[in-house]
Amino acid sequence: MDVAIVGIGIHPFGRTPARSGLQQGAYAARLALQDASIQWSDIQFAFGGSASAGSADALVNELGLTGIPFINVANGCATGGSSLISAFNAIKSGEYDIGMVSGFDKHERGAFNADPKELGIGQWYGEVGMMMTTQFFAMKIQKYMHDYGISTDTLAKVSEKAFINGSKNPNAWRREPITVDEITNSMMVNNPLTKFMFCSPSEGGVALVLCRADHAGKYTKTPIYLKAATMKSRRFGSFEVFAPSQALEQVDGPTVDASKAAFEMAGVAPEDMSVMQLQDTEAGAEIMHMAENGFCEHGEQEALIQSGATHINGSLPINTDGGCLANGEPIGASGLRQVYENALQLRGQAGDHQVPGDPKLAYTHVYGAPGISAVTILQK
Amino acid sequence: MSNQVPIAEGLFTWPAAKPALLGSRCNQCRIVAFPVASSCMACSGQDVTAEELPGRGTLWTWTVQQFMPKTPYNTNETAETFTPYGVGYVELPGGVRIEGRLTENDPQKLRIGMDMDVVFAPLRTEDSGEEVISFFFKPVE
Repeated sequence: MDVAIVGIGIHPFGRTPARSGLQQGAYAARLALQDASIQWSDIQFAFGGSASAGSADALVNELGLTGIPFINVANGCATGGSSLISAFNAIKSGEYDIGMVSGFDKHERGAFNADPKELGIGQWYGEVGMMMTTQFFAMKIQKYMHDYGISTDTLAKVSEKAFINGSKNPNAWRREPITVDEITNSMMVNNPLTKFMFCSPSEGGVALVLCRADHAGKYTKTPIYLKAATMKSRRFGSFEVFAPSQALEQVDGPTVDASKAAFEMAGVAPEDMSVMQLQDTEAGAEIMHMAENGFCEHGEQEALIQSGATHINGSLPINTDGGCLANGEPIGASGLRQVYENALQLRGQAGDHQVPGDPKLAYTHVYGAPGISAVTILQK
Repeated sequence: MSNQVPIAEGLFTWPAAKPALLGSRCNQCRIVAFPVASSCMACSGQDVTAEELPGRGTLWTWTVQQFMPKTPYNTNETAETFTPYGVGYVELPGGVRIEGRLTENDPQKLRIGMDMDVVFAPLRTEDSGEEVISFFFKPVE
């Protein structure tokens, strides 16, 4: 049984003081229902997640008490991806015909504040000041730049592109382009990464309606097929966030594993993708994730990014909606934002941030603590 | 002299004439973990033995923390007195890469591959006057 996405909805990302995270989730859910021309009462099941805005299943208070199974999912930055996989499998198994995936969040300002105990790490690790995701990303790109010759200017160009794309996306948070000079000279946060090279916690909501592919025609003229949805955790030897120590012998991280599994499941290859949304928690992550997901060799990013290949009109359009850098990261909603963007792109409805040509296949990738990754491949 | 206590039990030998970080080595697959763990992350085996880790290694990667972290960060610093600090992974021969604070915070003086010594120094002083000792990596001069 194939699975189709037949309804999509989004609440603009950024800061919306007037609405709770839950209300932003409900807003997105109603748009997704409207997009599929159905009622909430038509939905047979739901999976959803939110890290800081309450339980996702509280959405039923907003949308209506219909008695459906609504299962809460919590998987850090891969929450959206994990919800989607759960819904994908629920429909593939033949158990359900149609359901919803929801993700929303509303975080406080400032860097995420993780608790060592929740991740099975001693309190000392936080006390000395190492419980910081920003340090991990900085140290990973520092090593990568050293090993593969990536320049600081290339880091800045990733952010520059994100803000250009954000300026074209009405649902993005940061909608003003920022120059390479401003990005490079903004406050240093964790060397080599400056303030404008990092995404910030934010707010937003996304919902998707999924159904059996053979029913898709009832709901939409533009079904988007979910060809693969995979999620992996880290194996021994991969270099991950919140690791007091790591093995000397390194193995591929969960991104590489989730990516390979997704390409295998969909029976396609990286070069078949028309548009990609890759986790860009910071500028360096996008660079490393290009190679980890199979879109180039390690080190090729320097020339590709300098040539503009990753822009909307380039040969490898990446993070066409502005990514995490321009949208911020509401944890529960972030992965689903990528899927929303790719559905728009494949429908040809992305407006000013639409990739040219006639995109057929699109790719999403998230990465998060404590070393997890989720990938999807969508097909028109 | 003020009383000194380790930031966590079992992280390193303390007090000791020559303090050392403590890791655990799996007796099945010989993998070393830090801090000491009750089972092996590589093979899931539970037959592990604690051992002292070498005191010198090489810097594998690094960054400098330029803003003051929120709690659980716990030093005597305030927003006004916060001093940026280096953080890095140091590769210890024969075993494992360990993440730790660096005594150096000048990016110009840090480079991948440089030799680093493990040192033990106060992280903070408690109201009681007790000094809380942690481990740091210091560039070899």
